[in-house]
Amino acid sequence: MMRVVDAAVLLTSMAIASTDATAQGGSIVVGAKNFTESEILAELMAQVIEEYTDLTVERRVNLGGTMICWAALRAGEIDLYPDYTGTGWATILKEPDKITDPLRAFLHVRHRCLDEFDVHWLDPFGFENTYALVMREAAAEELGIRRISDLAAHSGQFATGFSIEFVDRADGYKGLARVYGLDLAPKAIEHGLAYEAIRTGAIDLMDAYSTDGKLLRYRLRVLDDDLDFFPPYDAAPIVRSDTLAAHPEIRSALAKLAFRISNETSQALNFLVESRGLAVPDVSRAFLEREELVDGVRESAADAVQALGEVLANQPVPGGDRVGRPGLLELARERAGQLLQRLLEHLGLTAAAVLLASIVAVPLGIAITTRSRLRRLALGTAGILQTIPSLALLTFMIPFLGMGVKAAIAALFLYALLPIVRNTYTGIAEVDRDLVDAARGIGMRPRQILRRVQLPLAMRTIMAGIRTATVISIGIATLAAFIGVGGLGQPIVQGLYQNDSHLILLGAVPAALLAIAADVGLGRVEELVQPRV
Amino acid sequence: MIAFDDVHKHFHDPDGREIVAVRGLDLVVRTGETHCLIGTSGCGKTTTLRMVNRLDTPSRGRILVGGQNVADADVFELRRNIGYVIQSGGLFPHLTVAENVGIMCALEGWPRARIDARVSELLDLVALQPSEFGARLPSELSGGQQQRVGVARALALDPDYVLMDEPFGALDPITRTQLHAEFGGLLEQVHKTVLLVTHDLGEAFSLGDRVTLMHRGELVQTGTRDDLVSNPATPFVSEFLASFDGGTLDDASR
Repeated sequence: MMRVVDAAVLLTSMAIASTDATAQGGSIVVGAKNFTESEILAELMAQVIEEYTDLTVERRVNLGGTMICWAALRAGEIDLYPDYTGTGWATILKEPDKITDPLRAFLHVRHRCLDEFDVHWLDPFGFENTYALVMREAAAEELGIRRISDLAAHSGQFATGFSIEFVDRADGYKGLARVYGLDLAPKAIEHGLAYEAIRTGAIDLMDAYSTDGKLLRYRLRVLDDDLDFFPPYDAAPIVRSDTLAAHPEIRSALAKLAFRISNETSQALNFLVESRGLAVPDVSRAFLEREELVDGVRESAADAVQALGEVLANQPVPGGDRVGRPGLLELARERAGQLLQRLLEHLGLTAAAVLLASIVAVPLGIAITTRSRLRRLALGTAGILQTIPSLALLTFMIPFLGMGVKAAIAALFLYALLPIVRNTYTGIAEVDRDLVDAARGIGMRPRQILRRVQLPLAMRTIMAGIRTATVISIGIATLAAFIGVGGLGQPIVQGLYQNDSHLILLGAVPAALLAIAADVGLGRVEELVQPRV
Repeated sequence: MIAFDDVHKHFHDPDGREIVAVRGLDLVVRTGETHCLIGTSGCGKTTTLRMVNRLDTPSRGRILVGGQNVADADVFELRRNIGYVIQSGGLFPHLTVAENVGIMCALEGWPRARIDARVSELLDLVALQPSEFGARLPSELSGGQQQRVGVARALALDPDYVLMDEPFGALDPITRTQLHAEFGGLLEQVHKTVLLVTHDLGEAFSLGDRVTLMHRGELVQTGTRDDLVSNPATPFVSEFLASFDGGTLDDASR
């Protein structure tokens, strides 16, 4: 009976689809940066598109920072992702001036991105994730502080701790103090620790992102930026023009989310994921059900629906740290399977890169022993490659190789070249001249000398180069997580964004152990290939 | 026969200055003879030797080996017909004694059995028991033994010519004297045309049928021991002979 109903529904929807020339199905890719809010927004976008169009939606989350997402969008690796006007203004368009008017910022960013990059900024979600000063609710209440300009009158009555970056920046405390006439004598404090400090009362005022879920967890009040010092960071979906042209229905689907999400709502959604440990798809679904943007009720989201209701109704929020978060060992046990997969991914990336690098670098190292101009060029180029910051190199790869394994392996490959080329060259150049002369003198051809004499005698040095390259690659491969390739960097990056040291350790410790194991293991191999002298 | 016809060799030092290593050398090494090139360090004797198998190229003049100008020869063919022995043997440290001796045979594509037979024959010739020494590494041999292996390797392809560059230079005097006696016999037995470089007059007189004394890149005198001793061409010859007072000469004439 069910089957008949399903089939009927399917037929009906197909009939509807075929009457609408634009809704032909197909698939699109939604991306997200590597932090909770971006992931939730991407999931919300994905779910409304699935609800209101016939498109299949692929999710590619954890794509690192703005430049990686932006590059992926332009390269067609993803079709849309959520971003913020302030980021568009300063990071993407690199506008030198400060802007304070949110509407002007949005219009300007939308205009220039469309004009110069064929990228659409659709209507904003309705909340702003900007820098903010936050104060413990109780302290703020007691002193009667609601706005930043209220702070001046109470100087000295509260303790201030700002993140190191915020203290120093002209668009951070320095500018703020000038505009508001403040003298807060802030302590510089690591951002992740500041929440603990403000909870225990060691500080009363700190900087934060205005939609951080921890604001709810720690009962912090966002002070009104009444003089408009902080730049506007309104969140909005951004989509490539060709995607929008091919699937115009995306625009009307995403319009359902426009101006639908308040600062408090976003805080609540972040809170549920980060502090309650609920899954992003469930929390997103809960929001859409609550807003009646989707039909029906999904059972898996039932807990999230209830929790969201409680939080938004301003029910007491469970206090204390790590609500619903397991300890390190428990976390490790719980994620053992996943961790093993990350380890294998990590090994795979490294092995592929080092293998490819060896295939290229050993012959190159041999070739440059007899060609001094090529030698300068090769060693120089490989040396320069080595100085490019790894994350930048990964980002450069995206336009050519797309997001993913290929780009990651290519970047690792480039880093692995130098140690192998250099050691191959050195190993061969260091073979005793007299031995090479003896080999020539008895009539061996250059190729025979290379194969029978120089390479065997240089093998140990070459292996040492491969070992160095492997250890370097294992370290750098943790960054591959920024472009969504996985590996042991995945828990590290996630932990960094979620301020969860346990997650960081879960990636960092195995990565370090792997590097040590590779070093020792390849050291053994090196001894085995040691020529018998 | 190896013939040098007005051979010059100039080098450039790192500052670009010209250094004359060999100047206007005319010399004939007769077929079957062992000919020793002798002189002080830097007299050009090693350069002269290295030009024969084209490890160095003359700046001017020609060198004939068996009547053929070496400049026109296929360099690998040429070298395979000229055995080459250097100080300490120049053995490949990662190969066994047998592999060192047989390497050229192997590269020539000889079958395994033929290589093994040839290696045994050669090790016997230089008085090393094949079963005892064949599987050893060069580092497990004494200096004298390494030198014997070097000679065996040079003879592997049964060349008509052998070049030896200070072959016994790194050995202690007792071993050296012992090898002189042995190799004197060996060289006659294998019937090769040998050009040997040494700075040791005793060695030259003990091994060489004839001796050529070089000084500052030029040939001073060629002849037998008696020619040099009784008819020194220049005062330098007498001076050079006199510098080997007693010991070595007596040694050689014993």
